[in-house]
Amino acid sequence: MANTKAHGDNYINFEKGIWSWLTTVDHKRIGLMYFITVMFFFLIGGIMALLLRLELFAPNAAPNVGQILANGDVYNQVMTYHGAIMVFMVIVPGIPAILGNFFLPLQIGAKDVAFPRINLLSWYCFMAGAILAIATFFTTKIDTGWTFYTPYSIRTGTATAMMVLAAFIMGMSSILTGLNFIVTVHKLRAPGMTMHRMPLFIWSLYATAILQMLATPVLGITLLLLAVERFLGIGIFDPKLGGDPVLFQHFFWFYSHPAVYIMIIPAMGIISELITTFSKKVIFGYTAIAYSSLGIAAVSFFVWGHHMFVSGQSETTGIVFSFLTMLVGVPTAIKMFNWVATFYKGSVEFRSPMLYALGFMFLFAIGGVTGVMLATLPIDVHFHDTYFVVAHFHYVMVGGTLMALMGGYYYWFPKMFGKMYNETTARISFVFIFIGFNVTFFPQFILGAMGMPRRYFDYIPAYENLNKISTVGSWLILIGFLVGLYTIVQGLMKGEKAPMNPWGSKTLEWQTSSPPPHDNFSVEPVVTAGPYEYR
Amino acid sequence: MMWFNIAKAQSFMPTQGTEIAKQVDNLYGFLLVTSLIACVLVIGGMIYFVWKYRRKSPNDKTAYISHNTALEFLWSFIPLVIFLAVFGWGWYIYHQMRAMPENALEINVIGKQWAWEVEYKNGYKTVNEVVVPINQDVKILLTAADVLHSFYVPSFRIKQDAIPGRYTALWFKADKLGEFHLFCTEYCGTSHSGMIGKLRVVSREDFDKYLEQGQEERFLPLAEKGKKLFAVKACASCHAVDHPGAMVGPSLFQKFGHEEVMDDGTKIMFDENYIRESILEPNKHIVKGFPKGVMPTFQGQLNENELSALVEYVKNLK
Repeated sequence: MANTKAHGDNYINFEKGIWSWLTTVDHKRIGLMYFITVMFFFLIGGIMALLLRLELFAPNAAPNVGQILANGDVYNQVMTYHGAIMVFMVIVPGIPAILGNFFLPLQIGAKDVAFPRINLLSWYCFMAGAILAIATFFTTKIDTGWTFYTPYSIRTGTATAMMVLAAFIMGMSSILTGLNFIVTVHKLRAPGMTMHRMPLFIWSLYATAILQMLATPVLGITLLLLAVERFLGIGIFDPKLGGDPVLFQHFFWFYSHPAVYIMIIPAMGIISELITTFSKKVIFGYTAIAYSSLGIAAVSFFVWGHHMFVSGQSETTGIVFSFLTMLVGVPTAIKMFNWVATFYKGSVEFRSPMLYALGFMFLFAIGGVTGVMLATLPIDVHFHDTYFVVAHFHYVMVGGTLMALMGGYYYWFPKMFGKMYNETTARISFVFIFIGFNVTFFPQFILGAMGMPRRYFDYIPAYENLNKISTVGSWLILIGFLVGLYTIVQGLMKGEKAPMNPWGSKTLEWQTSSPPPHDNFSVEPVVTAGPYEYR
Repeated sequence: MMWFNIAKAQSFMPTQGTEIAKQVDNLYGFLLVTSLIACVLVIGGMIYFVWKYRRKSPNDKTAYISHNTALEFLWSFIPLVIFLAVFGWGWYIYHQMRAMPENALEINVIGKQWAWEVEYKNGYKTVNEVVVPINQDVKILLTAADVLHSFYVPSFRIKQDAIPGRYTALWFKADKLGEFHLFCTEYCGTSHSGMIGKLRVVSREDFDKYLEQGQEERFLPLAEKGKKLFAVKACASCHAVDHPGAMVGPSLFQKFGHEEVMDDGTKIMFDENYIRESILEPNKHIVKGFPKGVMPTFQGQLNENELSALVEYVKNLK
């Protein structure tokens, strides 16, 4: 430690000055740095979402309102940045990099992650990639959609290579985080903490880390090939040069389908924590939940082809991928049932993190059953690339991951900052987000069933009413997040001092002061029982 | 279960234009009901439990139930069986979708930025309009000129990507007369959402006539061809061509070569370029005394050749 003077009693005031933050190797500080940056990108991505919805408020025949974005090109660019920012800069890093970084060592009773400096490097990689990605906005804006499908991405505006490079660098950050977590889990558990005594959030991060390690390199190579194709025209994906444009989709989804689980598995981990804490009851089926995370991770590598049922792959391929995709449903369903069973004979307290957990289960149930519909071949043929898909993945990613992320923030807020937030405004925020979310995205299921294709800047009048409702919903979400922002800022400025363990939770992070000291624990914890021994 | 399909699924699914569409809707209806039951069980169970076991005092004692093997087996096994059943049912329908019938009427369709080019076996070409006979197996042979597109007819529940550099195919047998939307669903750039076409199902005789006419059209003089198009596109319902009186839109009679006063006071020469612009961007310059936003754009619905024909026709309205 270069600067050992001026010790405070917790990690926030341990050292002073911006430089001490930028050079820190403390996992908690790095978690906070991710927190601030990811929230900033979330804000940008959110504003873009609102613009898109505003544009879709009416078909272009209507005067004024439908004309917020000048033309199809601008809409396509905003749509691309919304997707790319939300996926690569918000939802993928969201839980592992913020809450994972902060709480993984605390929950297993370690002083830090295994490679603190690599951890800092991963933040710098993330920032470098993110800045590069945002920088493309000021050159030639890309309009490929976040999926960069060839051959469109080979032909269109020049910044694609830059954006792809940015995603590559951010992927590096993801790999480093995954590597760090795996080693930390294996090497740095406190005495007595066997694998089967780890909190379920750790299990989920562990499964996620494996995915990050194994899947992300494939994306890296694919994007690199795309860049090479653009610069040198060697004919891998470009049909004009004898390449195969569909090959790109295989490569891309080989990463991006597991990536969907990189997004949702940690969310499930958080939900498991929230549910047992606020039910004051041991989680039902600990082993099943833990291993189903690994199960989902394993199967997720073999289902990518369900993104391509109508891409021209063979009938047999479609059938095989449909079958494998159905299998993912089983471990997912197991988790849902286990959570519901945990409430049985519990003592359920409706604190705002718990409201988010319940909101998660509600939305994830809908996201899940519609996922089964999309896995069913002939139904997917109709729904593929329509608003049904848009609604489905927003239910899973926003309704699922983001709900869990918000619940996690409120849950661990007292621990991270040593202050309590205002429960009333937190609940108001939840109600707006939850209702707004359903008003926004449920109509899109129907739009999709009616046949409205996605990525449409304009649409036929038959789709107008539902689009109007959807746009109004997006404003409710906006109100919800503004109230949430107020809650966080108000909590930070004026919140009451948080006790060590405000929720009466059993996991290790609550057995140290709030906020935790620089080295996490003043006395090394010794674990003698499972994580959720509420008796 | 079928009553439910009729009651629910069909109320928001597009018209069923084929036998396959009915089969897809049946499976979808089944899934909708099963999903609803699953959601009611899970969400309802959740709400019931959290309310019944809500915290009554800070010192509540809770039951210590860590697992229940029989129960867990059951709730893993039942979803698995349902999933596999749905998968099997889906396989059955999908196989019918993918097995190309022999002796089908083949139509070539090329996706390009941003229109569908349709070519029949006799060489007749159209844009954004596929015409097929009723009760006949039709096979669409797809490819793309530039980037990926996707051929989607919601009413037939069929969709297939058009890929540059190779052919893909899909088939259908329409059993309902009428006009159906044809969308592009694979993102293809600027006017992706404008790439909308029509799939018209007509009787056998009308289809033969259509092809024949198409065949003849190629040899018509340009102005004659324009006259035909003028009728086909229903331009005549708004624009008079044989007297100077205005209808919904301004008359086109004897307009060519004269200046027109626009709603903003400027004057524009009624020449070839103004006719062309008015067809493609009708709201850019509106003739004085007529409201904006009435005439739809024909962008993407006419090819260059057809545009020239229309211009030639209007030019000759003397």
